[in-house]
Amino acid sequence: MGTVRVINVSERRRVLTFWERIYLPEVWRGLVLTARHFFVNLWRHTLRLFGVKSALPGAATYQYPEVRRPQSPRLRTLHRLAKRPDGTPRCVACMMCETVCPAFCIKIVAEEVDDPNIEKRPKSFDIDIGRCVFCGFCVEACPEDAIRMDTGITEIGALSREGMVLNIDTLLSLPPKSERGDKPVDFLQQQLVQ
Amino acid sequence: MSAGMEIGAAVGKTIFIVMFALSLGGLLTWVERKQSAVMQDRIGANRASILGFRVWGLFHIIADAVKMFTKEDFVPDTPHKFIHALAPVLSIFFALLSFAVIPFGSSIVIAGQSIGLQVADVNVGILFIFAMMSVAVYGVVLAGWSSNNNYSLLGGVRATAQMISYEITFGLTLVGVIMIFQTLSLQEIVRAQGGLLFGFLPMWGVFLQPLGFLLFMTAAIAETKRIPFDIPEGESEIIGFFLEYSSMKFGMFMFADFIEQILVASMVTTFFFGGWQVPYLGDGGFVFPWGSTIDMNTWLVESLRVISFVLKVSFFCWLQMLIRWTLPRFRFDQLMNLGWKILLPLSLANALVTAIIVLWIGR
Repeated sequence: MGTVRVINVSERRRVLTFWERIYLPEVWRGLVLTARHFFVNLWRHTLRLFGVKSALPGAATYQYPEVRRPQSPRLRTLHRLAKRPDGTPRCVACMMCETVCPAFCIKIVAEEVDDPNIEKRPKSFDIDIGRCVFCGFCVEACPEDAIRMDTGITEIGALSREGMVLNIDTLLSLPPKSERGDKPVDFLQQQLVQ
Repeated sequence: MSAGMEIGAAVGKTIFIVMFALSLGGLLTWVERKQSAVMQDRIGANRASILGFRVWGLFHIIADAVKMFTKEDFVPDTPHKFIHALAPVLSIFFALLSFAVIPFGSSIVIAGQSIGLQVADVNVGILFIFAMMSVAVYGVVLAGWSSNNNYSLLGGVRATAQMISYEITFGLTLVGVIMIFQTLSLQEIVRAQGGLLFGFLPMWGVFLQPLGFLLFMTAAIAETKRIPFDIPEGESEIIGFFLEYSSMKFGMFMFADFIEQILVASMVTTFFFGGWQVPYLGDGGFVFPWGSTIDMNTWLVESLRVISFVLKVSFFCWLQMLIRWTLPRFRFDQLMNLGWKILLPLSLANALVTAIIVLWIGR
Protein backbone atom coordinates (compact mmCIF):
# COMPACT_ATOMS: atom_id res chain seq x y z
CA MET A 1 0.00 0.00 0.00
CA GLY A 2 1.38 3.39 -0.93
CA THR A 3 4.75 4.08 -2.42
CA VAL A 4 8.03 2.83 -1.10
CA ARG A 5 10.26 5.62 0.12
CA VAL A 6 13.93 4.87 -0.31
CA ILE A 7 16.08 6.19 2.52
CA ASN A 8 19.75 6.74 1.92
CA VAL A 9 21.62 5.28 4.86
CA SER A 10 23.90 8.30 5.14
CA GLU A 11 20.88 10.56 5.51
CA ARG A 12 19.26 8.37 8.09
CA ARG A 13 20.57 9.99 11.24
CA ARG A 14 18.94 13.37 11.07
CA VAL A 15 17.99 15.74 13.81
CA LEU A 16 14.43 15.21 14.91
CA THR A 17 12.10 18.14 14.84
CA PHE A 18 10.37 19.36 17.96
CA TRP A 19 7.11 17.67 17.07
CA GLU A 20 8.90 14.41 16.44
CA ARG A 21 10.71 14.67 19.74
CA ILE A 22 7.59 15.07 21.82
CA TYR A 23 6.56 11.77 20.25
CA LEU A 24 2.83 12.17 20.67
CA PRO A 25 2.00 13.32 17.10
CA GLU A 26 4.19 10.53 15.76
CA VAL A 27 2.38 8.03 17.95
CA TRP A 28 -0.87 9.36 16.57
CA ARG A 29 0.37 9.04 12.98
CA GLY A 30 1.51 5.48 13.62
CA LEU A 31 -1.81 4.57 15.17
CA VAL A 32 -3.71 6.10 12.25
CA LEU A 33 -1.57 4.12 9.81
CA THR A 34 -2.04 0.77 11.51
CA ALA A 35 -5.70 1.45 12.22
CA ARG A 36 -6.23 2.24 8.55
CA HIS A 37 -4.64 -1.07 7.60
CA PHE A 38 -6.82 -2.78 10.18
CA PHE A 39 -10.09 -1.33 8.95
CA VAL A 40 -9.31 -1.57 5.25
CA ASN A 41 -8.29 -5.21 5.60
CA LEU A 42 -11.26 -5.96 7.84
CA TRP A 43 -13.58 -4.45 5.22
CA ARG A 44 -11.99 -6.55 2.46
CA HIS A 45 -12.18 -9.70 4.57
CA THR A 46 -15.83 -8.97 5.25
CA LEU A 47 -16.61 -8.39 1.57
CA ARG A 48 -14.95 -11.65 0.59
CA LEU A 49 -16.69 -13.47 3.42
CA PHE A 50 -19.99 -12.45 1.86
CA GLY A 51 -18.82 -13.66 -1.51
CA VAL A 52 -17.82 -10.41 -3.19
CA LYS A 53 -15.13 -11.96 -5.35
CA SER A 54 -14.04 -8.65 -6.86
CA ALA A 55 -12.85 -7.36 -3.50
CA LEU A 56 -9.11 -7.16 -3.04
CA PRO A 57 -7.64 -9.76 -0.71
CA GLY A 58 -7.33 -8.60 2.87
CA ALA A 59 -3.91 -10.15 3.30
CA ALA A 60 -0.73 -9.86 1.31
CA THR A 61 0.45 -13.30 2.41
CA TYR A 62 0.32 -16.65 0.64
CA GLN A 63 -1.89 -19.14 2.46
CA TYR A 64 1.01 -21.52 2.42
CA PRO A 65 0.03 -25.16 2.45
CA GLU A 66 -2.89 -24.53 0.10
CA VAL A 67 -1.39 -21.74 -1.99
CA ARG A 68 2.28 -21.82 -2.85
CA ARG A 69 4.49 -19.01 -3.94
CA PRO A 70 5.43 -19.23 -7.63
CA GLN A 71 9.01 -20.37 -8.05
CA SER A 72 11.49 -18.76 -10.37
CA PRO A 73 12.77 -21.25 -12.97
CA ARG A 74 16.26 -20.43 -11.76
CA LEU A 75 15.47 -21.31 -8.17
CA ARG A 76 17.87 -23.89 -6.77
CA THR A 77 15.79 -26.60 -5.22
CA LEU A 78 16.39 -30.21 -4.26
CA HIS A 79 18.93 -32.03 -6.46
CA ARG A 80 18.20 -34.82 -8.86
CA LEU A 81 20.39 -36.95 -11.11
CA ALA A 82 19.53 -36.86 -14.78
CA LYS A 83 19.31 -40.01 -16.85
CA ARG A 84 20.39 -40.93 -20.34
CA PRO A 85 17.69 -41.96 -22.81
CA ASP A 86 18.37 -45.59 -21.96
CA GLY A 87 17.73 -44.96 -18.29
CA THR A 88 21.27 -45.18 -16.95
CA PRO A 89 22.59 -42.25 -14.94
CA ARG A 90 24.33 -39.52 -16.90
CA CYS A 91 26.82 -39.21 -14.09
CA VAL A 92 30.29 -40.49 -14.93
CA ALA A 93 31.58 -40.28 -11.36
CA CYS A 94 34.19 -37.66 -12.24
CA MET A 95 34.08 -36.34 -8.67
CA MET A 96 33.87 -32.70 -9.84
CA CYS A 97 30.82 -31.98 -7.73
CA GLU A 98 32.23 -33.76 -4.72
CA THR A 99 35.42 -31.72 -5.07
CA VAL A 100 33.73 -28.38 -5.53
CA CYS A 101 31.11 -28.84 -2.83
CA PRO A 102 31.87 -26.32 -0.06
CA ALA A 103 29.75 -28.22 2.44
CA PHE A 104 31.28 -31.63 1.71
CA CYS A 105 27.85 -33.13 1.44
CA ILE A 106 28.36 -35.29 -1.67
CA LYS A 107 29.87 -38.76 -1.41
CA ILE A 108 30.48 -40.70 -4.64
CA VAL A 109 31.82 -44.21 -4.98
CA ALA A 110 32.80 -44.92 -8.58
CA GLU A 111 32.86 -48.22 -10.39
CA GLU A 112 33.97 -49.33 -13.84
CA VAL A 113 31.56 -50.00 -16.65
CA ASP A 114 31.82 -52.47 -19.51
CA ASP A 115 30.58 -49.90 -22.03
CA PRO A 116 33.73 -48.58 -23.81
CA ASN A 117 32.11 -45.18 -24.32
CA ILE A 118 31.66 -44.59 -20.61
CA GLU A 119 34.68 -44.73 -18.39
CA LYS A 120 33.06 -44.88 -14.97
CA ARG A 121 29.68 -44.68 -13.33
CA PRO A 122 28.65 -44.02 -9.73
CA LYS A 123 28.22 -47.12 -7.62
CA SER A 124 26.70 -44.93 -4.96
CA PHE A 125 25.93 -41.23 -4.95
CA ASP A 126 24.86 -39.80 -1.59
CA ILE A 127 23.90 -36.20 -0.89
CA ASP A 128 23.54 -35.20 2.74
CA ILE A 129 20.81 -32.61 2.42
CA GLY A 130 21.29 -31.78 6.08
CA ARG A 131 24.69 -30.32 5.19
CA CYS A 132 23.91 -28.94 1.74
CA VAL A 133 23.92 -25.14 1.46
CA PHE A 134 22.15 -25.08 -1.92
CA CYS A 135 24.93 -23.05 -3.54
CA GLY A 136 24.53 -24.83 -6.86
CA PHE A 137 28.27 -25.23 -7.41
CA CYS A 138 27.80 -28.94 -8.11
CA VAL A 139 25.41 -28.11 -10.93
CA GLU A 140 27.89 -25.65 -12.42
CA ALA A 141 30.82 -28.00 -12.02
CA CYS A 142 29.16 -30.99 -13.67
CA PRO A 143 30.61 -31.62 -17.15
CA GLU A 144 27.85 -34.07 -18.05
CA ASP A 145 24.88 -31.94 -16.89
CA ALA A 146 24.01 -34.89 -14.71
CA ILE A 147 23.23 -33.21 -11.41
CA ARG A 148 20.50 -30.63 -11.55
CA MET A 149 18.60 -28.61 -8.98
CA ASP A 150 15.28 -28.24 -10.76
CA THR A 151 12.91 -30.51 -8.84
CA GLY A 152 11.06 -27.56 -7.31
CA ILE A 153 11.08 -29.37 -3.98
CA THR A 154 11.79 -27.02 -1.12
CA GLU A 155 10.08 -28.82 1.72
CA ILE A 156 12.72 -31.22 2.85
CA GLY A 157 12.64 -32.83 6.23
CA ALA A 158 13.39 -36.02 8.06
CA LEU A 159 13.10 -37.37 11.54
CA SER A 160 16.78 -38.34 11.71
CA ARG A 161 20.10 -37.19 10.32
CA GLU A 162 20.40 -40.40 8.38
CA GLY A 163 17.05 -39.67 6.81
CA MET A 164 18.47 -36.50 5.30
CA VAL A 165 21.00 -38.47 3.23
CA LEU A 166 19.60 -39.12 -0.23
CA ASN A 167 20.96 -42.10 -2.10
CA ILE A 168 21.36 -42.59 -5.84
CA ASP A 169 18.01 -44.33 -6.30
CA THR A 170 16.11 -41.43 -4.76
CA LEU A 171 18.08 -38.86 -6.72
CA LEU A 172 17.46 -40.68 -9.99
CA SER A 173 13.75 -41.09 -9.30
CA LEU A 174 12.99 -37.41 -8.73
CA PRO A 175 11.23 -35.74 -11.67
CA PRO A 176 12.09 -32.18 -12.71
CA LYS A 177 9.59 -29.51 -11.85
CA SER A 178 8.74 -29.04 -15.53
CA GLU A 179 7.47 -32.64 -15.77
CA ARG A 180 5.84 -32.66 -12.39
CA GLY A 181 3.96 -29.40 -12.87
CA ASP A 182 2.27 -28.13 -9.76
CA LYS A 183 1.51 -31.64 -8.58
CA PRO A 184 3.05 -31.97 -5.13
CA VAL A 185 5.46 -34.86 -4.67
CA ASP A 186 4.62 -37.27 -1.96
CA PHE A 187 8.23 -36.93 -1.19
CA LEU A 188 8.32 -36.54 2.54
CA GLN A 189 6.56 -39.76 3.32
CA GLN A 190 8.22 -41.86 0.66
CA GLN A 191 11.83 -40.96 1.01
CA LEU A 192 12.79 -38.82 3.92
CA VAL A 193 10.88 -39.93 6.96
CA GLN A 194 12.95 -42.90 7.98
CA MET B 1 -32.92 -5.89 52.35
CA SER B 2 -32.95 -9.46 53.56
CA ALA B 3 -29.62 -11.17 54.16
CA GLY B 4 -30.36 -13.97 51.70
CA MET B 5 -31.16 -11.57 48.92
CA GLU B 6 -28.11 -9.51 49.67
CA ILE B 7 -25.89 -12.55 49.39
CA GLY B 8 -27.67 -13.67 46.26
CA ALA B 9 -27.21 -10.27 44.62
CA ALA B 10 -23.55 -10.15 45.62
CA VAL B 11 -22.90 -13.62 44.23
CA GLY B 12 -24.74 -12.79 41.03
CA LYS B 13 -22.81 -9.58 40.48
CA THR B 14 -19.52 -11.29 41.30
CA ILE B 15 -20.21 -14.05 38.82
CA PHE B 16 -21.14 -11.50 36.19
CA ILE B 17 -18.01 -9.39 36.53
CA VAL B 18 -15.63 -12.36 36.89
CA MET B 19 -17.17 -14.07 33.88
CA PHE B 20 -16.99 -10.79 31.98
CA ALA B 21 -13.30 -10.38 32.77
CA LEU B 22 -12.38 -14.02 32.15
CA SER B 23 -14.31 -14.45 28.94
CA LEU B 24 -13.12 -11.14 27.54
CA GLY B 25 -9.60 -12.13 28.61
CA GLY B 26 -9.92 -15.41 26.78
CA LEU B 27 -11.25 -13.60 23.75
CA LEU B 28 -8.35 -11.17 23.89
CA THR B 29 -5.86 -14.01 23.38
CA TRP B 30 -7.58 -14.53 20.04
CA VAL B 31 -7.97 -10.80 19.36
CA GLU B 32 -4.27 -10.27 20.00
CA ARG B 33 -3.30 -12.73 17.27
CA LYS B 34 -6.06 -11.84 14.86
CA GLN B 35 -5.95 -8.07 15.20
CA SER B 36 -2.19 -7.97 14.80
CA ALA B 37 -2.55 -10.15 11.72
CA VAL B 38 -5.17 -7.93 10.11
CA MET B 39 -3.14 -4.83 10.93
CA GLN B 40 -0.10 -6.37 9.25
CA ASP B 41 -1.92 -7.61 6.13
CA ARG B 42 -1.84 -11.19 7.34
CA ILE B 43 -4.56 -13.73 8.05
CA GLY B 44 -3.56 -14.88 11.50
CA ALA B 45 -4.33 -18.01 13.42
CA ASN B 46 -7.05 -19.90 11.56
CA ARG B 47 -6.04 -23.56 11.60
CA ALA B 48 -7.74 -24.93 14.70
CA SER B 49 -10.98 -26.54 13.64
CA ILE B 50 -13.69 -28.64 15.18
CA LEU B 51 -15.48 -30.93 12.69
CA GLY B 52 -14.12 -28.80 9.87
CA PHE B 53 -15.45 -25.55 11.28
CA ARG B 54 -12.79 -22.94 11.77
CA VAL B 55 -14.86 -19.87 12.78
CA TRP B 56 -11.99 -17.47 12.01
CA GLY B 57 -9.68 -19.32 14.35
CA LEU B 58 -11.82 -18.83 17.44
CA PHE B 59 -11.09 -22.40 18.46
CA HIS B 60 -7.50 -21.38 19.02
CA ILE B 61 -8.64 -20.11 22.41
CA ILE B 62 -9.52 -23.68 23.34
CA ALA B 63 -6.48 -25.08 21.58
CA ASP B 64 -4.20 -22.72 23.49
CA ALA B 65 -5.78 -23.63 26.81
CA VAL B 66 -5.47 -27.35 26.08
CA LYS B 67 -1.88 -26.88 25.04
CA MET B 68 -1.04 -24.89 28.16
CA PHE B 69 -2.63 -27.42 30.48
CA THR B 70 -1.04 -30.47 28.89
CA LYS B 71 2.50 -29.13 28.66
CA GLU B 72 5.19 -30.20 31.08
CA ASP B 73 5.14 -28.09 34.21
CA PHE B 74 8.83 -27.53 34.70
CA VAL B 75 9.89 -26.22 38.10
CA PRO B 76 13.46 -24.93 38.27
CA ASP B 77 15.89 -25.98 40.96
CA THR B 78 14.99 -23.31 43.44
CA PRO B 79 14.64 -23.31 47.22
CA HIS B 80 11.40 -21.32 46.89
CA LYS B 81 9.13 -23.81 45.18
CA PHE B 82 6.05 -22.63 47.05
CA ILE B 83 6.58 -18.98 46.18
CA HIS B 84 7.40 -19.99 42.64
CA ALA B 85 3.97 -21.60 42.40
CA LEU B 86 2.28 -18.76 44.27
CA ALA B 87 3.55 -15.91 42.09
CA PRO B 88 1.31 -16.42 39.03
CA VAL B 89 -1.67 -16.90 41.33
CA LEU B 90 -0.98 -13.58 43.05
CA SER B 91 -0.55 -11.94 39.70
CA ILE B 92 -3.92 -12.99 38.36
CA PHE B 93 -5.79 -12.91 41.69
CA PHE B 94 -5.22 -9.25 42.44
CA ALA B 95 -5.90 -8.25 38.87
CA LEU B 96 -9.29 -9.95 39.12
CA LEU B 97 -9.96 -8.58 42.59
CA SER B 98 -9.75 -5.01 41.34
CA PHE B 99 -12.90 -5.60 39.30
CA ALA B 100 -14.85 -5.65 42.57
CA VAL B 101 -15.15 -1.88 42.62
CA ILE B 102 -15.72 -1.28 38.91
CA PRO B 103 -19.34 -0.17 38.39
CA PHE B 104 -20.80 -1.82 35.29
CA GLY B 105 -24.27 -0.32 35.61
CA SER B 106 -26.31 2.03 37.76
CA SER B 107 -28.78 0.02 39.80
CA ILE B 108 -31.65 -2.35 39.19
CA VAL B 109 -34.77 -2.85 41.29
CA ILE B 110 -35.73 -6.44 42.08
CA ALA B 111 -38.69 -7.12 44.36
CA GLY B 112 -38.69 -3.57 45.62
CA GLN B 113 -35.01 -3.69 46.49
CA SER B 114 -32.49 -1.50 44.72
CA ILE B 115 -29.31 -3.36 43.81
CA GLY B 116 -26.30 -1.33 42.73
CA LEU B 117 -24.55 -2.85 39.72
CA GLN B 118 -21.13 -2.97 41.31
CA VAL B 119 -19.79 -5.82 43.40
CA ALA B 120 -18.62 -3.61 46.24
CA ASP B 121 -19.50 0.08 46.43
CA VAL B 122 -16.41 0.94 48.45
CA ASN B 123 -16.27 4.66 49.17
CA VAL B 124 -12.50 4.59 48.61
CA GLY B 125 -12.76 2.62 45.38
CA ILE B 126 -9.85 4.37 43.69
CA LEU B 127 -7.54 3.62 46.60
CA PHE B 128 -8.73 0.01 46.55
CA ILE B 129 -7.76 -0.35 42.90
CA PHE B 130 -4.38 1.24 43.56
CA ALA B 131 -3.79 -1.10 46.45
CA MET B 132 -4.68 -4.13 44.38
CA MET B 133 -2.54 -3.06 41.44
CA SER B 134 0.40 -2.42 43.74
CA VAL B 135 0.06 -5.83 45.34
CA ALA B 136 -0.19 -7.40 41.89
CA VAL B 137 3.41 -6.30 41.33
CA TYR B 138 4.38 -8.78 44.03
CA GLY B 139 3.39 -11.58 41.69
CA VAL B 140 5.94 -10.39 39.17
CA VAL B 141 8.66 -9.62 41.70
CA LEU B 142 8.25 -12.91 43.54
CA ALA B 143 8.27 -14.76 40.24
CA GLY B 144 11.55 -13.13 39.30
CA TRP B 145 13.08 -13.72 42.70
CA SER B 146 11.94 -17.28 43.35
CA SER B 147 12.97 -18.55 39.93
CA ASN B 148 16.61 -18.62 41.03
CA ASN B 149 17.67 -17.24 37.68
CA ASN B 150 19.57 -14.03 37.07
CA TYR B 151 17.50 -13.03 34.07
CA SER B 152 14.26 -13.63 35.93
CA LEU B 153 15.55 -11.59 38.85
CA LEU B 154 16.51 -8.79 36.48
CA GLY B 155 13.00 -8.91 35.05
CA GLY B 156 11.53 -8.69 38.52
CA VAL B 157 13.75 -5.78 39.46
CA ARG B 158 12.87 -3.97 36.27
CA ALA B 159 9.19 -4.58 36.94
CA THR B 160 9.55 -3.04 40.39
CA ALA B 161 11.34 0.02 39.04
CA GLN B 162 8.78 0.46 36.28
CA MET B 163 5.79 0.01 38.54
CA ILE B 164 7.11 2.49 41.10
CA SER B 165 7.87 5.05 38.40
CA TYR B 166 4.54 4.81 36.70
CA GLU B 167 2.30 4.28 39.69
CA ILE B 168 3.11 7.83 40.76
CA THR B 169 1.88 9.29 37.48
CA PHE B 170 -0.97 6.83 37.57
CA GLY B 171 -2.13 8.16 40.92
CA LEU B 172 -1.36 11.81 40.32
CA THR B 173 -3.41 11.99 37.13
CA LEU B 174 -6.39 10.70 39.04
CA VAL B 175 -5.97 13.44 41.63
CA GLY B 176 -7.40 15.77 39.01
CA VAL B 177 -10.40 13.51 38.49
CA ILE B 178 -10.92 13.17 42.23
CA MET B 179 -10.78 16.94 42.67
CA ILE B 180 -13.33 17.56 39.94
CA PHE B 181 -15.83 14.95 41.08
CA GLN B 182 -15.04 15.37 44.78
CA THR B 183 -15.28 11.68 45.57
CA LEU B 184 -13.23 8.51 45.71
CA SER B 185 -16.17 6.22 45.02
CA LEU B 186 -16.19 4.91 41.46
CA GLN B 187 -19.97 4.73 41.30
CA GLU B 188 -20.21 8.39 42.37
CA ILE B 189 -17.62 9.38 39.79
CA VAL B 190 -19.59 7.67 37.04
CA ARG B 191 -22.85 9.25 38.19
CA ALA B 192 -21.21 12.68 38.21
CA GLN B 193 -20.26 12.17 34.57
CA GLY B 194 -23.91 11.99 33.57
CA GLY B 195 -24.26 15.77 33.36
CA LEU B 196 -23.76 17.96 30.34
CA LEU B 197 -21.07 20.51 29.60
CA PHE B 198 -22.21 23.68 27.82
CA GLY B 199 -25.58 21.99 27.43
CA PHE B 200 -24.56 19.42 24.82
CA LEU B 201 -21.24 17.75 25.65
CA PRO B 202 -21.42 14.76 28.02
CA MET B 203 -19.52 15.67 31.18
CA TRP B 204 -17.02 12.87 30.72
CA GLY B 205 -13.65 12.95 32.39
CA VAL B 206 -11.85 13.11 29.07
CA PHE B 207 -13.40 16.50 28.28
CA LEU B 208 -12.60 17.86 31.73
CA GLN B 209 -9.13 16.30 31.95
CA PRO B 210 -7.78 15.80 28.41
CA LEU B 211 -4.13 15.87 29.52
CA GLY B 212 -5.00 13.71 32.49
CA PHE B 213 -6.48 11.14 30.13
CA LEU B 214 -3.34 10.99 27.98
CA LEU B 215 -1.08 10.68 31.01
CA PHE B 216 -3.34 8.11 32.63
CA MET B 217 -3.51 6.02 29.48
CA THR B 218 0.29 6.07 29.13
CA ALA B 219 0.88 5.16 32.75
CA ALA B 220 -1.85 2.53 32.63
CA ILE B 221 -0.32 0.83 29.60
CA ALA B 222 3.00 0.91 31.43
CA GLU B 223 1.27 -0.81 34.35
CA THR B 224 0.14 -3.66 32.14
CA LYS B 225 3.78 -4.36 31.19
CA ARG B 226 3.01 -4.70 27.52
CA ILE B 227 4.82 -3.25 24.53
CA PRO B 228 5.89 -0.37 24.31
CA PHE B 229 6.57 -0.75 28.04
CA ASP B 230 7.50 -4.43 28.17
CA ILE B 231 10.81 -3.81 29.92
CA PRO B 232 10.19 -6.46 32.63
CA GLU B 233 9.59 -9.03 29.93
CA GLY B 234 12.13 -7.79 27.41
CA GLU B 235 11.72 -10.82 25.18
CA SER B 236 14.63 -9.80 23.02
CA GLU B 237 17.10 -9.39 25.87
CA ILE B 238 16.24 -11.05 29.19
CA ILE B 239 12.97 -12.91 28.51
CA GLY B 240 11.87 -11.60 31.86
CA PHE B 241 10.34 -12.65 35.12
CA PHE B 242 8.48 -15.61 33.64
CA LEU B 243 11.58 -17.16 32.10
CA GLU B 244 11.44 -20.18 34.42
CA TYR B 245 7.72 -20.72 34.05
CA SER B 246 6.06 -23.20 31.81
CA SER B 247 2.70 -24.80 31.26
CA MET B 248 -0.34 -23.11 32.79
CA LYS B 249 1.78 -21.16 35.30
CA PHE B 250 3.18 -19.27 32.35
CA GLY B 251 -0.32 -19.19 30.92
CA MET B 252 -1.53 -17.49 34.06
CA PHE B 253 1.04 -14.72 33.67
CA MET B 254 -0.07 -14.29 30.09
CA PHE B 255 -3.67 -14.28 31.16
CA ALA B 256 -2.98 -11.84 34.00
CA ASP B 257 -1.62 -9.49 31.34
CA PHE B 258 -4.88 -9.65 29.45
CA ILE B 259 -6.93 -9.27 32.63
CA GLU B 260 -4.89 -6.20 33.53
CA GLN B 261 -5.53 -4.89 30.06
CA ILE B 262 -9.27 -5.23 30.63
CA LEU B 263 -8.88 -3.65 34.05
CA VAL B 264 -7.08 -0.69 32.52
CA ALA B 265 -9.78 -0.41 29.87
CA SER B 266 -12.42 -0.49 32.61
CA MET B 267 -10.60 2.19 34.59
CA VAL B 268 -10.17 4.46 31.59
CA THR B 269 -13.86 3.96 30.83
CA THR B 270 -14.87 4.64 34.41
CA PHE B 271 -12.73 7.69 35.04
CA PHE B 272 -12.65 9.35 31.64
CA PHE B 273 -15.43 8.00 29.44
CA GLY B 274 -18.43 8.04 31.69
CA GLY B 275 -18.40 4.39 32.78
CA TRP B 276 -21.83 2.96 32.08
CA GLN B 277 -23.25 6.34 31.04
CA VAL B 278 -24.84 6.58 27.63
CA PRO B 279 -24.82 10.18 26.37
CA TYR B 280 -28.16 11.91 27.04
CA LEU B 281 -29.62 8.77 28.64
CA GLY B 282 -31.23 9.53 31.97
CA ASP B 283 -33.03 7.18 34.35
CA GLY B 284 -36.29 7.63 32.43
CA GLY B 285 -34.95 7.47 28.88
CA PHE B 286 -33.14 9.71 26.44
CA VAL B 287 -33.29 13.47 26.96
CA PHE B 288 -31.59 15.13 24.01
CA PRO B 289 -30.14 18.63 24.26
CA TRP B 290 -32.49 19.84 21.50
CA GLY B 291 -35.44 19.02 23.73
CA SER B 292 -36.86 15.80 22.33
CA THR B 293 -37.16 12.84 24.67
CA ILE B 294 -37.57 9.09 24.33
CA ASP B 295 -39.20 7.38 27.29
CA MET B 296 -37.90 3.97 28.27
CA ASN B 297 -38.53 1.60 31.13
CA THR B 298 -35.85 1.00 33.74
CA TRP B 299 -34.81 -2.41 32.48
CA LEU B 300 -34.15 -1.14 28.98
CA VAL B 301 -32.18 1.80 30.36
CA GLU B 302 -30.13 -0.47 32.59
CA SER B 303 -29.35 -2.95 29.82
CA LEU B 304 -28.33 -0.08 27.56
CA ARG B 305 -25.99 1.11 30.28
CA VAL B 306 -24.38 -2.29 30.84
CA ILE B 307 -24.00 -2.72 27.07
CA SER B 308 -22.48 0.75 26.87
CA PHE B 309 -19.95 -0.18 29.56
CA VAL B 310 -19.04 -3.44 27.81
CA LEU B 311 -18.68 -1.67 24.45
CA LYS B 312 -16.48 1.05 25.89
CA VAL B 313 -14.26 -1.50 27.62
CA SER B 314 -14.00 -3.52 24.41
CA PHE B 315 -13.04 -0.40 22.49
CA PHE B 316 -10.24 0.41 24.89
CA CYS B 317 -9.02 -3.18 24.77
CA TRP B 318 -8.90 -2.78 20.99
CA LEU B 319 -7.08 0.52 21.33
CA GLN B 320 -4.48 -1.01 23.64
CA MET B 321 -3.93 -3.82 21.16
CA LEU B 322 -3.52 -1.23 18.42
CA ILE B 323 -0.93 0.61 20.47
CA ARG B 324 0.81 -2.61 21.41
CA TRP B 325 1.18 -3.63 17.76
CA THR B 326 2.11 -0.17 16.50
CA LEU B 327 4.77 1.31 18.74
CA PRO B 328 8.30 0.02 19.17
CA ARG B 329 9.40 -0.70 22.71
CA PHE B 330 11.27 1.73 24.88
CA ARG B 331 14.77 1.24 26.16
CA PHE B 332 15.07 1.11 29.93
CA ASP B 333 16.62 4.58 30.20
CA GLN B 334 14.02 6.01 27.85
CA LEU B 335 11.33 4.46 30.01
CA MET B 336 12.74 6.03 33.15
CA ASN B 337 13.22 9.39 31.41
CA LEU B 338 9.64 9.35 30.21
CA GLY B 339 8.31 8.36 33.60
CA TRP B 340 10.25 10.71 35.83
CA LYS B 341 11.17 13.67 33.64
CA ILE B 342 8.08 14.02 31.45
CA LEU B 343 5.04 12.25 32.84
CA LEU B 344 5.61 13.10 36.50
CA PRO B 345 6.05 16.90 36.02
CA LEU B 346 3.14 16.96 33.58
CA SER B 347 0.86 15.12 35.98
CA LEU B 348 1.91 17.46 38.80
CA ALA B 349 1.17 20.45 36.61
CA ASN B 350 -2.13 18.90 35.61
CA ALA B 351 -3.10 18.42 39.25
CA LEU B 352 -2.04 21.98 40.10
CA VAL B 353 -3.95 23.62 37.24
CA THR B 354 -7.01 21.49 37.98
CA ALA B 355 -6.85 22.48 41.64
CA ILE B 356 -6.65 26.19 40.77
CA ILE B 357 -9.57 25.94 38.34
CA VAL B 358 -11.68 23.90 40.75
CA LEU B 359 -11.02 26.42 43.51
CA TRP B 360 -11.72 29.37 41.20
CA ILE B 361 -15.02 27.91 39.99
CA GLY B 362 -15.99 26.83 43.48
CA ARG B 363 -15.40 30.32 44.88
